Amino acid sequence: MAELTQVFKVPESIKKGSKFSFCPGCDHGVAVRLVAEVLDELGIRDNSILVASIGCSVTLYDFLEVDSLEAPHGRALAEATGIKRARPDKVVFTYQGDGDFASIGMAESLHCALRGENVTAICINNTTYGMTGGQLGPTTLLGQVTTTSPTGRNIDYYGYPVKIAEHIALCDGTAYSARVSLDSVPNIKKAKAAIKKAFENQLNGVGFSFVEILSTCPTNWKKTPQQAHARVREEMMPVYKLGVYKDITENN
Amino acid sequence: MSHIVIDKERCKGCYLCVDECPKKLLKVGESVNELGVRTVEFHDPGHECLGCAMCARRCPDIAITEVYRG
Repeated sequence: MAELTQVFKVPESIKKGSKFSFCPGCDHGVAVRLVAEVLDELGIRDNSILVASIGCSVTLYDFLEVDSLEAPHGRALAEATGIKRARPDKVVFTYQGDGDFASIGMAESLHCALRGENVTAICINNTTYGMTGGQLGPTTLLGQVTTTSPTGRNIDYYGYPVKIAEHIALCDGTAYSARVSLDSVPNIKKAKAAIKKAFENQLNGVGFSFVEILSTCPTNWKKTPQQAHARVREEMMPVYKLGVYKDITENN
Repeated sequence: MSHIVIDKERCKGCYLCVDECPKKLLKVGESVNELGVRTVEFHDPGHECLGCAMCARRCPDIAITEVYRG
């Protein structure tokens, strides 16, 4: 009989006995697991500090076995800046939603990128405010119906959605900016590679590294998890194109 | 023999893994966990499991806790 090799296990950076508080089929859980796997693989769990944000990921410190600090709404990267400057030996990272990162926290996020702080930022983009009941967010697509845009997002009243990865890439202080998706297993693998790169950059002292993750919100989109993944592919990806928008380590 | 281990108490019944399995070895079971969810069950009488771990990588709740290939 052939010898068995274990090809998958629960990451050690996931707190023992913890269960995710996310809705059934929500890709948040996949993103948290990928971060945990990267922390394991780089062996930086004991030396990392997480700055948790407001949104569905608000209780992230309950799932990840790392030292954590909760930031006021949108201020995760401001807090991360302070922590990193006080303790440059630590690996500091944020995990935020699009509302936290690109709406109330846009100033903190962009200026952190402009300052080129040597931290890692992860942003989940699900085109809505998930935790509070599916309101229109900064990344809500044109025409998308939400609880606060019942006739769909229109340009006249709400303006355009923000393309976060592109904006961050425009900042001169940014070392790495990429957009990935969790709609399929191959894309999940690519997402993990991008997250790993963002953490490696910090370890190498390269500078501000950012990964935007296209995720789903089956509950507020009123879709099954399967339909939600189809929406990511058909509606989100044509607007939020996947790819690496900036990588200063590429030519070296 | 390749196989997976399911923690039924973690399963929230999104059934993404059911679609993901290339050999269609995962099915919605009859038993209900404490969340009131009919959990996923692994049936592999023909030893078809590849140990590809696609199900585990797709699962948003790490309900598939271990995958063995061999």
